[in-house]
Amino acid sequence: MTPRFALPARILHWLMAALILAMLLIGAGMLSTTTARYPELLAWHRPIGLGILILALIRLAVRLMHRPPPLPADLPPLQVAAAKGSHYLLYALMIAMPLIGWAMQSAGGYPVTIWKGFVLFPILPHDIVVYGLLRAAHGLLAYAFFLLILGHIGAALFHALVRRDGVFESMAG
Amino acid sequence: MAVPIRILPRLALIAALLAALALIFAWVGGWIGRGRISGAAVADVLQAANGKVYPGFRRAHAKGLCVSGHFDANGAGAVLSRAALFQRGSYPVIGRASTGGGDPISADGRPVFHALGLRFALPQGEEWRMAIDHTPIFVVSNPADFVALQQASIPDPKTGKPDPAKIGPFVASHPETAAFLAYMKTAPLPSSFANGPYYSINAFRFLDAAGTSRAVRWQFEPEAPFTELDKATLDKRPKDFLFDELLARVKQGPIRWRMILVVANPGDRTDNATIRWTGPHRQIDAGTLVLDAATTEAAGNCRDYNYDPLILPKGVAASDDPLLPARSAAYAASFRRRALEGPKPDAITLDYQQGKTL
Ligand code: HEM
Ligand code: HEM
Ligand code: HEM
Repeated sequence: MTPRFALPARILHWLMAALILAMLLIGAGMLSTTTARYPELLAWHRPIGLGILILALIRLAVRLMHRPPPLPADLPPLQVAAAKGSHYLLYALMIAMPLIGWAMQSAGGYPVTIWKGFVLFPILPHDIVVYGLLRAAHGLLAYAFFLLILGHIGAALFHALVRRDGVFESMAG
Repeated sequence: MAVPIRILPRLALIAALLAALALIFAWVGGWIGRGRISGAAVADVLQAANGKVYPGFRRAHAKGLCVSGHFDANGAGAVLSRAALFQRGSYPVIGRASTGGGDPISADGRPVFHALGLRFALPQGEEWRMAIDHTPIFVVSNPADFVALQQASIPDPKTGKPDPAKIGPFVASHPETAAFLAYMKTAPLPSSFANGPYYSINAFRFLDAAGTSRAVRWQFEPEAPFTELDKATLDKRPKDFLFDELLARVKQGPIRWRMILVVANPGDRTDNATIRWTGPHRQIDAGTLVLDAATTEAAGNCRDYNYDPLILPKGVAASDDPLLPARSAAYAASFRRRALEGPKPDAITLDYQQGKTL
């Protein structure tokens, strides 16, 4: 049997994969329209984003407590570096994206409504210029996140279908 | 590196999966496929109709100043909505008085919307934001028509003015727009920001404590007696006369409006802001809006908010009026753009800097 990620790490990985992909689609979809989809999707976007932040922090703790299984010994150093580097970036983005979302809504002077009647406290003072910069960053990083995830999925499938080296099973199994 | 032939199909499969995912994303984002109207597209067409971009300013209602005060709720609105604003009490308000149009240095003497953006601060961080105009109806009923009307209003590069040959056909094929234009021509224009009414125009859904949902429009009715602007001499008035009058008037004492909630009768349209609700209606006086301070935008604290009409407290929700989500998306697009451009000093502040006094 190939060594696997700890069960909590695997559960979190697949749950968050679904949530993050959904969030990217919700974000892109809501910006494309002036129909009622816009406020409806935005009303989902904030609570799911907050959920991702909480899950990401738990996941970070899980990751620090459980050593991940080693990569195959014959993996070329460049691929090892790409794997490690991209995982750091994925962690950085799943924590940064919701924080930027929360911070930009704070700086924009918006109530950060998680659901009707439950408003989060602001984490930045009202400043429209800061809002403008964070809002641009939220959009750009979201699309960078999507590209990175595409690369990540491509690599995972490469391990599964081409190298058949047990890396895919270490997360999927 | 030579790729063994037998793995090519698998690489192709991976590539196809990634391409499919990218295509789904592009379709959801509206970059491919049927033409959707985005908030950004509405901001674009407003910019085009303005003739140019005024960086840092709102794409509509660009000229304005800041007001503040409070709302005294008498508790009567609670029969219609469990919104905190209708619980007997006093709630802080900031807002922005503005005139319609995208030119921040335009003259006030034009037959345009007199408008208020309002931000009511409620307990537990809740807010109710409104952007309301002095007319009971709007010029179009849906975002596609809004875009088409703006498109038809883009100034002709030769004359610098909208081309009647383009507006004409739009109005001819949209009787509701013709009716609105006729209303603007004939209805009296208030002589002050302080003595005119302000209407929600759009219908909203109010939810009471028992969970009953009703369609409601509301209006702020001025305490100050209405007087009319002489439309014949409108364009001869000083450039900032409306805003100057408001700045001066507030110094004399607070300005008040009653907030009147109007409950839809069976059969009233909630999805069309070009149609008035006529005849007798159940009306509830929910309290008094009191504005007791006014300053220029640069000095006040109102400019850098988005008066998105869908920032609503519990107890109030959007109706099926297609203008509401379109406004929310378009205001957000306008806000994003002016935020990144950075705020600029407003016309009235600039006038004062050049030595004008009240
Ligand atoms: C939305 C998307 C996703 C994110 C943010 C994400 C993130 C991550 C991260 C951070 C790791 C490092 C391990 C950890 O600490 O949890 C990882 C590992 C892994 N992911 Fe994903 N993932 C996503 C989607 C997917 C998908 C769709 C697949 C499969 C097609 C996949 C397959 C894998 C595999 C096989 C590993 C193990 C790699 C190793 O052993 O180093 N991931 N993922
Ligand atoms: C993993 C977390 C998140 C992801 C992946 C994500 C993704 C996105 C994407 C793709 C967009 C569209 C960007 C564009 O086209 O410019 C967007 C916009 C937005 N996001 Fe997020 N987001 C996340 C978290 C949050 C959170 C936590 C909040 C607020 C608390 C938030 C608030 C917003 C808002 C308000 C907008 C744009 C609204 C507008 O300008 O009309 N996001 N997000
Ligand atoms: C589809 C219809 C409409 C569109 C696309 C539209 C568009 C806009 C835009 C882009 C802004 C600038 C927002 C900002 O940068 O903060 C604005 C401001 C405003 N709109 Fe509309 N509008 C529409 C309908 C209405 C209606 C029906 C009303 C009145 C009930 C209204 C009242 C206002 C007011 C008062 C402001 C100024 C708010 C402020 O001072 O921030 N608008 N509008």
